[in-house]
Formats: sequence, structure tokens, C-alpha cells
Amino acid sequence: FHLQEDIFREKNTTFFIQLSLMDKLLHNCPKEGHLHLILKSLMLANDREGISGPLDPSLIQRTDVLLVSPWLAPIVWEGTFNRDILNAQYRQKNFVVGVATFAVKKYVRFIEGFLGSANKFFLSGHRVNFYLFTDHPEKVPSINLAPEKRLFIIPVQNYSRWQDISMNRMDIISNHIHSHWRYEVDYLYSMDIDVQMFEHIGVEIIDTLVGTISSWQYTKPRDSNSYERHPESRAAIPHGEGDFYYAASFYGGSVSEVYKLTTACFKGVTEDRANGIEAKWHEESHLNKYLLYHKPTRLLSPEYYWDEELIRPRIIRVKRLSSVRKDLQEVRF
Amino acid sequence: ELWKSFLNLKSFLFSYFSFRMIYTKRSDVLMMTPWFAPIVWEGTYNSEILNEQFRQRNVTVGLTVFLACGRSAEATGPTFLETAETYFMVGHRVNYYIFTDRPEEVPKVALKEGRNVVVLQVQNYPRWQEISMRRMEMLSYFSQQRFINEVSYLVCVDVDMKFNDQVGVEILSDLFGTLHPGFYTAERRSFTYEHRPASQAYVPSDEGDFYYAGGFFGGTVTEVYKLTKKCHEAIMVDKANGIEAIWQEESHLNKYFLYHKPTKILSPEYLWDDNLGRPEILKKRRFLAVPKNHAAIRNK
Repeated sequence: FHLQEDIFREKNTTFFIQLSLMDKLLHNCPKEGHLHLILKSLMLANDREGISGPLDPSLIQRTDVLLVSPWLAPIVWEGTFNRDILNAQYRQKNFVVGVATFAVKKYVRFIEGFLGSANKFFLSGHRVNFYLFTDHPEKVPSINLAPEKRLFIIPVQNYSRWQDISMNRMDIISNHIHSHWRYEVDYLYSMDIDVQMFEHIGVEIIDTLVGTISSWQYTKPRDSNSYERHPESRAAIPHGEGDFYYAASFYGGSVSEVYKLTTACFKGVTEDRANGIEAKWHEESHLNKYLLYHKPTRLLSPEYYWDEELIRPRIIRVKRLSSVRKDLQEVRF
Repeated sequence: ELWKSFLNLKSFLFSYFSFRMIYTKRSDVLMMTPWFAPIVWEGTYNSEILNEQFRQRNVTVGLTVFLACGRSAEATGPTFLETAETYFMVGHRVNYYIFTDRPEEVPKVALKEGRNVVVLQVQNYPRWQEISMRRMEMLSYFSQQRFINEVSYLVCVDVDMKFNDQVGVEILSDLFGTLHPGFYTAERRSFTYEHRPASQAYVPSDEGDFYYAGGFFGGTVTEVYKLTKKCHEAIMVDKANGIEAIWQEESHLNKYFLYHKPTKILSPEYLWDDNLGRPEILKKRRFLAVPKNHAAIRNK
């Protein structure tokens, strides 16, 4: 088992493991098996990266992570913003934010955790409309929401394939923006239901077009294999292109921008279906294609959607929102 | 294929170094404010991506300068315009708005395609301080009357300068200011804000984010209109109260930016004076002060 020793020798150098590789490895090896544990300890070893203190206490600065994208869109990390200043700017404008989320079939079990934690941590003190789409409205637990928060339960059809349920969300969102939401909210976010919030998510997320950097892909992903590459798919991104890999679990922006995004993505999904193709990561592949050519005006760090399967490295100082541990085989089928 | 992945792990470890360079571009300077305004330094942005975004929108940028009005036009005009042609918003549509009391002295400079000079005749004033402060009035008036219909963004700069390196669409934002080259490393207590409560430009001693330069600010026409109107009104109130802010309209600008925070800030690369030397963090000197003879030019 000589490879194992080589890697442990290199443990003393600070490095980040290419996460697309982690993706491949962790998906292939058995949970908590020998290999899985080696990889976990490697990631912990990586964490020796020192984090510089702020240059000036009143001007927070992190030097361990990228703070602005190459097109000068801010990337939101803990320790880089002052929520008081942002709240003062936001309150003047009297915005309403909408959140679209889907709890279909067995995913209804996640509703309570989502709404309970969102009520506490999501845009606390600001007006939010939660639009909960479900095929089992009778199973929605009653939750005492804060006064500025409202819940709308919308019945929706389910589909036999979980991939279809996932991809059709884009269509449903775009239709609802067109018919109602553009009159009801200023900003609209799409979020997975199978998540829990542990820390405040505030007005730092509000901007014209917002994507979340995937927790699997927060290094530069040009060589990554998460993008759809087959040219026949509408979601295809040519080799050598790509800024970041964005998670479909949490994206949003102004109502008009999200309308354009969801309409374009669903059009890609539909065209693919007509050609008998399905993109590798379903609507997430289409989302990534869209955000490559319509660059987000703000990016959220993986603090804003953390996949619970992963060990959290030190650069992720705060886990604000993470997926709930679940058996994918059981819950999807 | 699992073992193949494992072997790949080692090569990925070594490719870490190239990733790291991209990952934290500049760790020697402040790159963003606590309210998410990027601070523009060389190495933090990709011109190709930005140029593509702005070309798609077919943006026209207005560059405003106040020429002559008491100073010798030959000293400043030609160099400013010629270097602007070389370095300012290259590849995009530009209107140069030249405010002057002597339209006949506006230099004739060959312009590239998509770029125009518009001469706006204005009144002269005997004191240079007065001229300086009246800029706010003229900018707010013409923003509303004219600029709103002709350009998407306004860039308002001093004229006794020359362009020395790229000043492009990376600067454009709803409202932007520039870090004053004399104060970007200073602490708040040395900022030369107006500290007399009697002035409209007053900033309390425990407040203030940065010290911004009066010689380079801008934004969308609407935002520049709001800024210049507010500053002009404040200057007029001060006048009525017999007080003049310590650094004229720069003091009022700083007051404005404290309570209406810019959405982007330009580093001192965008407004530099070689008399201040060449510090390590200054990778480019894009817009430079042209040496001037103060005694001869002021109160001429």
C-alpha cells in the first residue's frame, strides 16, 4: 500500500486537494471505508493554511480566499462584510424577497427543518415570502413564522423520475414569476428543501444575479469534469472554458434576471429531452452554462450551501446552510 | 479505475501551486470594502471579460473636464486629450465634455472612431477655489439637461493630468470614487475631512471609511447628478453662512461618500502623483498629475 505512505509524507505541505477529484473518489468508495477515512484526514491536514488577521480592525480583509471574481463581482465570505452597513442600505428600499422551494414525494419530511431554520436565520427581520411547492399540501406541518415571513403552499404535480422533478422546477419558477411573483417580490431565490440553516443568511445575498459556488468545486474548475461536455447537450461548456462551478441548490437575484435564467435553462432542458439527452447534473449543468455567459453580479461562497458529505476545511469558517444527511437511494425512489 | 484516480491525486497535489496563484490574486492590498464595493487594483480583474460585457451593452461613457477657466489651455489640454485617446475606454464609445470659458482654445486632437468632443461654454470666476466648487453646479446642471440623454456613465476628472496606462470599463459602476494617493495608507484621524460643525461638509471625528480624491469620481448619470446636486447645494449653504470647506468640493465629496457609499472604489493607480514616489503595491500608474506652476496658474 505504498501510495498511502507517499500521501502521508506530503501531508506536511499545505495544499488544497482538487475537489473534482475528491468528487470522483468519494462517490466511488464505500462510506466510512478505509479510503474514505484517508481522504478525510488528508483534508484536515490541508487545513494548516494560516489565515492573516485583518489589516485594520474596521476594514475586514481575508487573504486566504478570492474576494472578487475576475469581473469584479464580490464573493461573499464570512469576515468580509459588515451586515450593519448593508442592513442600513437595504432597509431604505423596502424590498420583498421570495424563496421558491419544492417538497415532492418523500422530500416532504424536510419541510419542518427547512422552514424552522429559515424562519430563524434567513433574512431575519426582513420581509420574505416562502413559496412551497408540494404534492402533499396536507403534510405541511404548521409552523409559527415571524411576522415578516409568509408561507404560500402551492400544490404541484409529481413526476416518476426524480431528475424530472428537479429539472421541471425551472419551468415552474419561470411561469410563476411571469404570472404572480413579479408583482409580489423584488428578488427571488430558488433553494433546495433538504437543507438546514445554522447561521444567519442576510442581505449580503441580495443582488441582481447571484450564484453559489459549489462546495465540491471551489477551486478553479477549468479542468473539472463537472460541467456537461458533450456538445450535443444544450448545457455543454467547451473545454478550457468556465469560471466557477455553481450549485443549483441556491441561486437567485432580481425577479427579471431569475425569469431570464429559468426560462433559458428550461429551454435547454426541453431541447435536450427532444434530442434524447440529459445533462450530467441535470438543471445544474444548464445553470452553469447560463452563468458562464451571463455572469453573476455576486457570488456566494460555499458557506451558503455546504454539502454535508464533505469535511469542512478551515477556509469555510461558517456553515450557514447545509444539506441534510440522507440516504439518497431511499429518499429519491 | 479507482486506483487510477488515486494515482492522479499526486499530480493534482503538484498542480496545486498554479491554482494557488489564481486563488488569491493580490494579498497585499484591500480588495473589497465591508459593503461589497470592489477596490480596483491591477491583477484583480480580467479586461477581456469586462470589455465583452460593456461592448454587449453598447455603453457610451462621458468624460468631463474643466479646461482653462483661468489657466493656460496649452499647459494642460492637448496632453490630456491625446493621452485619453490612447488609454481611456479604448474600444468603447466616448464623449469628451470640455467645460471652458474659452471655447476657441480647446485643442484640436485627432479622435478615434466612436469618440467625440463636446465643448460646453461656461462662466469664469476670479478665484480658483470658486472655479473648483462651481464644477459641482455645472455637472449637476448638464447631467440633467444633456448627459442623461447621451451617455450611460460619467467620469469626472481634473484636467491637469495625463493618462499613462489603461483606464477602462473596470472602473464603471453605479457610483465610484478614488482613494486619494496621499491617504490610502493613513489612518482615519489623519484624513483631512472638514472638522468644523459649522460647515455642511462636516464629518465627525469617529466616522469616515476612506479619504476620496476630488479629482476622479463618477458613476451612472443619475448617481452623478444626485452627488453633484447635493454637493452644490451644500456649498451654497456654506457660502451663505460665510464658510468655505477646507478642501472645497473634495470635502463635500467625502461627506457625500460617507453617507452614500460608493459601489466601487478605484485604487491610487487611478490618480497618482510621481512626487509621491513608486511604492511596491503600485503596479500601474494610470492617471498622473502633470507638474504645474501653482503661483503662475492660480489667481492668474
